[in-house]
Amino acid sequence: MSSYRWAAGYIDDGDRPKIVTSRFHLEDSYTLERYLATGGYQALRHALARTPAEVHDEVRGATVLGRGGAGFPAGTKWGLMPADKYPRYLVVNGDESEPGTYKDRLLMELDPHQLIEGSLIAAYAVGLAQVFLYIRGEMPLAHERVATALNEAYVAGYVGKNILGTDFSVDIVLHWGAGAYVVGEETALIESLEGKRGEPRLKPPYFPAAIGLYGQPTIVNNVETLSNLPWIMANGAAEYVRIGTETSPGTRMVAVSGHVERPGVFEIVNGTTTFRDLIYGDDFCRGIRNGNQLKAFVPGGGSAPWFTAEQLDLPFEGKLVGAAGSMLGSGAIMVMDHTTDIPAAALTLTRFYAHESCGQCTPCREGGTWLERVLQRVVDGRGTSADLAQMKEIGTSICPGEFPHASSSRHGLDATPFPYKMTTICFVGPSAYAPVHSALTLFPEEFAARVRDRVQIPVTAVQ
Amino acid sequence: MSDTVKPTETTPQVASDPDAVSITVNGVEHAARKGQLLIDALADAGEYVPRFCYHERLSPVGKCRMCLVECDTGRGPAITVSCMVPVAPGMKVDTQGETTKRMQEGVLELFLANHPLDCPVCDKGGECPLQDQAVSHGPGESRYLEEKRHFEKPIAVSDLVYLDRERCILCDRCTRFADEVGSDALIHFAGRGNNTYITTFPDQPFASYFSGNTVQICPVGALTARPYRFKARPWDLRQQESTCTTCAVGCRIAVQSSHDEVLRHLGVDSDPVNHGWLCDRGRFNYEQLHSADRVLQPLVRAGDDLLPATWSEALAEAATALGAAKAAGGAGSIAVLGGARGTNEDAYAWARLAHEVIGTPNVYAQMGDGLPADLLVLERATIDEAAAASTVVLIGPDLKEELPVLYLRLREAAVKGRTRLLEFTPKLSGLSTVAWRSIAYEPGTLTAAIDTALADDQIAAQLASGPVVVVAGRANLAESSTATVQAVRTVLAKVPGSTVLPAFRRGNVIGALQVGMRPTEGGLDTRGVLQAAADGGIECLVLLGADPVADFPDADLARRALAGARRVIAVDTFLTASSAQADVVLAACAFAEKAGTTTNIEGRVSPVARQVTPAGSTRPDWMIAVELAEALGGDLGYDDVGQITADIAENVDGYTRVTPEALSAAADGVVAYAPTGIGPVALLAGEAPARSSYDFRLIVSRTLYDQAEGTAHSPSLAHLTTATTVHVNPLDLGRIGTTDGATVKLTSSKASVVCTITGDESVLRGTAWMPFRHPGVDPRELIDCFAHTTDLRIENP
Repeated sequence: MSSYRWAAGYIDDGDRPKIVTSRFHLEDSYTLERYLATGGYQALRHALARTPAEVHDEVRGATVLGRGGAGFPAGTKWGLMPADKYPRYLVVNGDESEPGTYKDRLLMELDPHQLIEGSLIAAYAVGLAQVFLYIRGEMPLAHERVATALNEAYVAGYVGKNILGTDFSVDIVLHWGAGAYVVGEETALIESLEGKRGEPRLKPPYFPAAIGLYGQPTIVNNVETLSNLPWIMANGAAEYVRIGTETSPGTRMVAVSGHVERPGVFEIVNGTTTFRDLIYGDDFCRGIRNGNQLKAFVPGGGSAPWFTAEQLDLPFEGKLVGAAGSMLGSGAIMVMDHTTDIPAAALTLTRFYAHESCGQCTPCREGGTWLERVLQRVVDGRGTSADLAQMKEIGTSICPGEFPHASSSRHGLDATPFPYKMTTICFVGPSAYAPVHSALTLFPEEFAARVRDRVQIPVTAVQ
Repeated sequence: MSDTVKPTETTPQVASDPDAVSITVNGVEHAARKGQLLIDALADAGEYVPRFCYHERLSPVGKCRMCLVECDTGRGPAITVSCMVPVAPGMKVDTQGETTKRMQEGVLELFLANHPLDCPVCDKGGECPLQDQAVSHGPGESRYLEEKRHFEKPIAVSDLVYLDRERCILCDRCTRFADEVGSDALIHFAGRGNNTYITTFPDQPFASYFSGNTVQICPVGALTARPYRFKARPWDLRQQESTCTTCAVGCRIAVQSSHDEVLRHLGVDSDPVNHGWLCDRGRFNYEQLHSADRVLQPLVRAGDDLLPATWSEALAEAATALGAAKAAGGAGSIAVLGGARGTNEDAYAWARLAHEVIGTPNVYAQMGDGLPADLLVLERATIDEAAAASTVVLIGPDLKEELPVLYLRLREAAVKGRTRLLEFTPKLSGLSTVAWRSIAYEPGTLTAAIDTALADDQIAAQLASGPVVVVAGRANLAESSTATVQAVRTVLAKVPGSTVLPAFRRGNVIGALQVGMRPTEGGLDTRGVLQAAADGGIECLVLLGADPVADFPDADLARRALAGARRVIAVDTFLTASSAQADVVLAACAFAEKAGTTTNIEGRVSPVARQVTPAGSTRPDWMIAVELAEALGGDLGYDDVGQITADIAENVDGYTRVTPEALSAAADGVVAYAPTGIGPVALLAGEAPARSSYDFRLIVSRTLYDQAEGTAHSPSLAHLTTATTVHVNPLDLGRIGTTDGATVKLTSSKASVVCTITGDESVLRGTAWMPFRHPGVDPRELIDCFAHTTDLRIENP
């Protein structure tokens, strides 16, 4: 299924509604021929037959929550653009790089036309002049498939001038990233597109909807978000909201990795499916590997505070997960069984964020690396209990105030809800602290076992 | 903080501000202005918020996170970057609460985590915002136990600036300055995360005329200036505010010295003038004060030698020479040239000596390389007016090379869209890329270019759209000033109400001309004096810091003049090409060794401070004038420079407001009115002839790093100059039958020289450009100052 043989792929099991993965089982799902044969570009025709405002209303009515991480409804986001400022752009965020997340890659590899069609619908709905498709540099197959699909679509008249004989024209430009996690942040992505260093912009005042690419109003949408649009246009918002819950309608893709029997990408019903369903369900991951015990899991990508077995019955519902002290984020679930070395697992994640800091703001640049170094010392067995306190101090410098965490009956803790306050420009800095904070809060004994309060100096034994 | 030296006084706030916004700071209500950044509003309210990346003259970026405060805009207290957020009515700001305090301490601890803390050997130590704010807003201790970041250091990012990447806190100030203000975006960040560092492009140094400003605004010791490195400790420095007299912009500076030696110039943020910026030439040419070549005592000629003499011997010798000259040829056979390198007081005392005591009408501060003094009577614009005008008409030199900080001001006005520049230039200039219209003309065709431009509908509409300021200067020393003067007068006639900002270059040339260093009735200008001297009609030539042999555009005439003048008296700081030929050299004080005032291009008079003891037995020019007058039997009546300042205010047209009291009360100086009564200066008759298509029309203009006396004697700057080559458009190389870097023969009506040729796209086809006063071939040999233009034949030798 995928060019990455070591990575789990899409798993199609069980009888669930499929919105974005309906063609994944087909061998040639990525070709225009197959796309057309399975109803492709019909949604675009539907859209073009209506006014842009009607299309926008339809999307707004479907409450498509952004699938990139923040979960902001796409229809609402589109409505934030200033009314009379043109040209305005759509930037498709295909720089999927949150640790544990690999769903957008599959959407681009296996159904690129669906993404193109979704982008066109968005462009039509809000009068966007041009679409910039930004694909992560480490995804050559996705790049190749999207490029081929774009060429096919141009030739067939779905993209370019006078699309399908109407006066609607839009170009789609493909851009290949250079490999920086922080460019997944929408304003950093815009900077990168402009040819600058991939560094997030300050918000306020630079919300992309008002001042985005080249200073123009810009919508930045995630690949999965846009891939939902053809289905919504074809079947209607009413049909869409019938799936899932009122606040989290439709389906969403999740990528499960770690210590489960069957890791992979699943399209699940939003809002109702629980983490227990996903991790233990027969249609999904089929439980922890080798019958082991669940120790902890990351519910929404590497930046998300951790959950334990106590939170398994939470459904995929942003508000509930937020209140429980974490976030759904990018839909990456990383499962750790009881054999997991918690400090080492936290170190792996923290090291990633420290390494991926763009370096422009001080707390992230300095704090991330400092955290990593202290944690490394603790993992190596050279830490002291002062180091544990120090990690929390560094964390407080990045995130003053209470940091979100899950409740734990073992430690008598109540949950602190998401989100956190931060001194940094973007979420990379706090993300370096999130795994450390979760690990320290939920598994203090594992750290206590590692530290020594007496410095070990090699000395010659007195004879 | 050392990076922004504020003027000692600020203008009082206007009481009833229609844009007033009320904010609450720590429970107390304060007035702020709409659109004002929170950090500035807090400062006005008496709450200094620590900051590193924020600089008032640069666009805010909010990167350092030092200025975070808690701010409630109605949705509960939120962490707010005070340098990025404009004030809003009803904002409640907490700068002292626990959260704010914790954030500030946290960020400061993080700054210090990788900072080397080599403060004892750091140039910045003692005046370092990081040190200071670590004390005022830091946690007081560091808990960082890890190994610090290491980089190779120091790295010379340019000839003048060293970079220590370990000390760098990545505040983006230098890079923003280089990009936004200096227009030389040659330094930037590389790497990422904790390995981010400042770098130049490979093999491309940070060669900016303004690089020294990055050192001044660096909030740590990461950028240090080569001339100042390890020279002093900040607490040993004494400083006075003064005015730079390197060029005529009159940037406000702080002159700093340690142990009676000037060691540093810092830019003072003067709102109407330099915004805190300096060019590197003005910043570093104090080195000339310490030059071993200084003339430290009077010299009197004995045969071929100039021998040291006492002041009384030298003054007696000079008085004798003047007396003998007067006896031989009358007062009209004596000429005094110069005065532009000194203060207003120097010039005034010398003007009185020349006009009243000696009685000669032949006095002039221009060296034939500027524009005639009568342009100064035109309605004058200030720099602020130019930078706010809807159109600035540039008829003059490349301001980046001649008046660098005026270039920064006008560039900012153009880039920010306030002002449209309409440029007429014989060669692409530093402002061409930001100009609204850049009209390149071949020397000799300026009048036609102006006429064509003024007939253009769009240009006419633009000129009619609002205030117009004409910046007028000498663009080409190989062309007479006639065309420029006519062009300025044409624009003024066609655009009623337009005003003039004279782009005269030399230090205090405007002041000298205005207080009296100009010909009186029947007097000769510099060209006339030199011509008369060459013809044997000058009995005594007095050079007041003037060096016609090196500066006058027609080298041949200047040489013949010095040879033809019967007696030469020089008042100078160095033995120049001219003063070395003098019979008496009176040793003069240099800048920072004497007090007084100076007048800039807009007529702004500001103080020049005496910061160190004069070198050797040198004396200020005014004192020499007083003593020479006495030796000649006159009495100027001065024994203190302040008396002269008062006398100027009393007697000089336009200077009535410029009293010593007014000067000491106004931080930014006092603008003198444009004087009246400067008689018209004779222009060349006729028009420039057409160019033969075989010839190249010559353009000679200055660059910032030439071999002017002060630059040549400042070791850090002297080597930045380049050897003279003749620049032609690359497309013309083939026509000549030569290649870039080859040697060619240049022939004009005056002389023939052999020179290296360079292809240069900024030069128009059919023209050739040569730099003025660079080492090697002297283009002035080719120039005839009695011709309108200079045409060259360029051939293979």
